Amino acid sequence: MRRAKMVRNAIGRFVPADVPGIGSFEPYAGAMAKIAERRERPRICAPLKATPPSRNKVAPDLKEAVRRSGLENGMTISFHHHFRNGDVLMSLVLATLDEMGFRDLTLAPSSLPDTADFVADYIRRGVVARLHTSGLRGEVGRAVSAGELEIPVVIRTHGGRARAVEEGSIAIDVAFMGAPACDVLGNFTGCIGKSACGALGYAQVDVRHARHVIALTDDLMDYPVRPRISVPQYLVDQVVVVDSLGDPTKIATGAVRITRNPVDLCVAKNAFDLVAASGLLAPGCSFQVGAGGASLAVAAFVREHLREKGIRGSFGLGGISGFMSGMLEEGLFNAMFDVQSFDSAVTGSMVRNPDHIEIDASWYANPLNKGCLVHNLDVVILAALEVDPEFHVNVMTGNDGVLRGASGGHADTAAGAKLAIVVAPSFRGGVPTIKDSVKTVITPGETVDAIVTERGICINPARTDLLEAALKANLPVKDITDLKKEVERLTGVPRPVEYDEDHIVAVVEYRDGTLLDTVCRTLRR
Amino acid sequence: MKPRRSMLYMPGNSPGMLQHAPVFGADSVLLDLEDAVAVAEKDAARRLVAHFLRVLDFGRVEVTVRINGADTPYFETDLEEIIPARPSAVRLPKCQSPGDVLRADALMTTIEERHGMEAGTVGIHAMLETARGLEHAFEIATASPRVKALTLGGQDLTADLGVQKTREGWELFYARGRVVMAARAAGIAAFDTVWTDVDDPEGLAAEAKQIVEMGFTGKAAIHPSQIPVIHEAFRPDPREFRRAWRIVTAAEEAERQGKGVLLVDGRMVDGPIVVRAQRLLDLGVLYGMEGDETA
Repeated sequence: MRRAKMVRNAIGRFVPADVPGIGSFEPYAGAMAKIAERRERPRICAPLKATPPSRNKVAPDLKEAVRRSGLENGMTISFHHHFRNGDVLMSLVLATLDEMGFRDLTLAPSSLPDTADFVADYIRRGVVARLHTSGLRGEVGRAVSAGELEIPVVIRTHGGRARAVEEGSIAIDVAFMGAPACDVLGNFTGCIGKSACGALGYAQVDVRHARHVIALTDDLMDYPVRPRISVPQYLVDQVVVVDSLGDPTKIATGAVRITRNPVDLCVAKNAFDLVAASGLLAPGCSFQVGAGGASLAVAAFVREHLREKGIRGSFGLGGISGFMSGMLEEGLFNAMFDVQSFDSAVTGSMVRNPDHIEIDASWYANPLNKGCLVHNLDVVILAALEVDPEFHVNVMTGNDGVLRGASGGHADTAAGAKLAIVVAPSFRGGVPTIKDSVKTVITPGETVDAIVTERGICINPARTDLLEAALKANLPVKDITDLKKEVERLTGVPRPVEYDEDHIVAVVEYRDGTLLDTVCRTLRR
Repeated sequence: MKPRRSMLYMPGNSPGMLQHAPVFGADSVLLDLEDAVAVAEKDAARRLVAHFLRVLDFGRVEVTVRINGADTPYFETDLEEIIPARPSAVRLPKCQSPGDVLRADALMTTIEERHGMEAGTVGIHAMLETARGLEHAFEIATASPRVKALTLGGQDLTADLGVQKTREGWELFYARGRVVMAARAAGIAAFDTVWTDVDDPEGLAAEAKQIVEMGFTGKAAIHPSQIPVIHEAFRPDPREFRRAWRIVTAAEEAERQGKGVLLVDGRMVDGPIVVRAQRLLDLGVLYGMEGDETA
């Protein structure tokens, strides 16, 4: 869209008050501003739909199921991204819809994996006209950044998407839900089956709010699905059997290994030292890490610490890797809350261990419900593409300004945790991580307590208590502008990315529904 | 006292690694022009290391460079280009006799003078990695005031001895004793060889403990993950640290009062014990140990 009426938000970024084709937005007013309003809002639910008693909901094929769903041009369809890079379902469904002549659809997946390049083609063919997502990468990221989608993409956090679905900002007409183990009446789960993917936390939100739900499976099981039902039959309209939901080797990758990269390990050690200094690793603590290099390495240090001191934490949270479920098995936590499972080790753990708890995305992170889990976090370790002296974090746009990341649970957990630490090497590929000002704010600096690199720890000046603890523990604390200069002596200062400031290609929604930032069309150099 | 518990080897032809030299927590880094660098890369590595020495802020990390041996065509060029860039010391591989040290010493002095540097600015760490070199350990250590350390090259030595390196390291026991003895006799530092299995930190921990007990002042590392393991081996025992604190405090008090004889915990203490206690205190500070609060 062309730049229209813009308002300045609480972090000084200009955001549109209206996005044509999407709706109106309030500007970001502070991380806790909306929550502090304590306003009661209506929740949109899936309609009650009387269905004559039936013993079988299996549709003859996908096309017939689509016809029966009542899908029309201009409507909204949704997918979950639990199959990650192994997903073939979205591609299958979009090809079918294209073939059936559908156009002008709103695509609202919980995220787009690396392998969703094909979506760019459907944008170009007019099948997809609007896009709501957490992640935007590869060819789709490039297409959107180049301005190929007329209506700006709405980028949401995982918690923000759950909120948007529950309040109706995303009104899902038809949810196409991959169901690794499903029975003829639509009870399904992800923790077993040919294409098992573990938790189905994102799907669980969509099925409760979509007008029509189609469960797609490649492993139709005897009724009822056992040993767990993640989505019950009363929320599912139809079942479709397909050849394959995805490539199992890419859905559930092998156990993630702790990085050997010495710089990442150095970053992780510094981050762990800060966590230890904070005193939060006490009995009953709660903890979340990402699956990335340095973050997971922090988990390894935490595991060692808990073992050594004989500390048992309350819960681990998030996308759960085999490393975290291993900590549960060792008795280092009471429970693992799992919204999305990262590797094959986790899938088994969920079946075996009743303390490995599948949670939906709203329970995980919706800021406006009656209590999401991220608000109970003590410590979260997060990654970053770039940061700035305001402690704002960008995980969405790369050094070339092109969309190539995912908002995910970054801003949700940062806002909720008592201690939110962002870990990143101080430079990558010769480009410094600390910029004058991040290109795209995904997580506002007021919710980030520290930025940790291999060359030092920068503590948010608002956290005087943390600074004191870090200094007392003799940690390598540096002022963020000093560290920035130190790194720039090695790398130089990169030339800023040139944007067509009049052409907005995406808006970044904060978890509470306000607008945090915009992304503009990149100009080719 | 500048600590030199750990010396991290870094290949001299890897800018991606060299740029991170200051961040791994090693007391010193050893930029390698010798074994880690293939023949075709020798010139590039030398230039790269000389450049890094001039432009990179190494902070508190001591920087040394392992040059190629005197029996190679790179020896003189290495010195020519590295000495003016002022590393703390160069590590001379395969020192066999005092003559090897003297030859390097003379060459270094000429280069230093030509570049307006004070003679002796750059030290020598003499590497003993042959049976012959070991037999001349003390003479090598005292051949020149430039020699600041003896270092043991275990890989080449076991090859020279025709034996296998074992996990327990008994084949190096005599060599280690010899290096420590010669270095201490000459009043210089003694550095131990590398632990080559990066995936065996337990083996490294055991060996590091052993060499600390033998009297080595430092140990080389081939991967950043080995640094904390080596440092842990040097951590003073808290009880010993407290005793050292009492000794040093008592010595200071005795000096103020002009007393000659010193009693700590009912035992007489003399000069060398005070010196050792002071060294232990300095070491303890690196681990965040503080004075005598609990004694």
